[in-house]
Amino acid sequence: MARSVKKGPFVDAHLLRRIAEMNQRNEKKVYKTWSRRSTVLPEFVGHTIAVHNGRKFIPVYVTENMVGHKLGEFSPTRTFKGHQVKAAAEKTTAPAPAPR
Amino acid sequence: MARIAGVDLPRQKRAEIALTYIYGIGRARALAILAQANVEPGKKVEELSEEEVNRIRQVIESQGGVEGDLRKEIAVNVKRLIEIGSYRGLRHRRSLPVRGQRTHTNARTRKGPRKGTIANKKKATAKT
Repeated sequence: MARSVKKGPFVDAHLLRRIAEMNQRNEKKVYKTWSRRSTVLPEFVGHTIAVHNGRKFIPVYVTENMVGHKLGEFSPTRTFKGHQVKAAAEKTTAPAPAPR
Repeated sequence: MARIAGVDLPRQKRAEIALTYIYGIGRARALAILAQANVEPGKKVEELSEEEVNRIRQVIESQGGVEGDLRKEIAVNVKRLIEIGSYRGLRHRRSLPVRGQRTHTNARTRKGPRKGTIANKKKATAKT
């Protein structure tokens, strides 16, 4: 279910404060955050925000299209890239033989 | 005969069912359209008068959101998700379920027909 419009978008206060500060001083620094749950606001556009994925920070350059999504959507938490297909398996076994 | 929103011409069906042959129209929307066009939902398509068909056509045209336009809109939305590098875009790229469904089993609609059955696996390993 969608969030009530009355409440407005959710953004962690500390993140919002830092972005507002940076906007005021017109500087663009990469800002590390764990706040994956925060919504991307129009104010964030142009900034690069390093979003934690549980292991490291993924730099996310915020574009206009991202507004309305959550920061966590841009910082994948899983590394699984799919099972090896036969053709791909032959390629990868040449440089690094898979343990049998 | 009755040709609405491009290529669709179902016959012999009740109007409320026939309209669902158009992409973007389901039962609910079909009934709403027919109500707005003041056409009986139970009437067969071949029984519809030219005027009734035109009324239905007008209602659908005024609403939009059918066939090619709808497909285009959806494609644009998906493309956007992919371009911004979001998780949902990633799932679209891999053609896996986008909304958090399980993929251990099921998810066949997105993944397509099963591949790599046990018999196939044995063959593949025997070759290498």
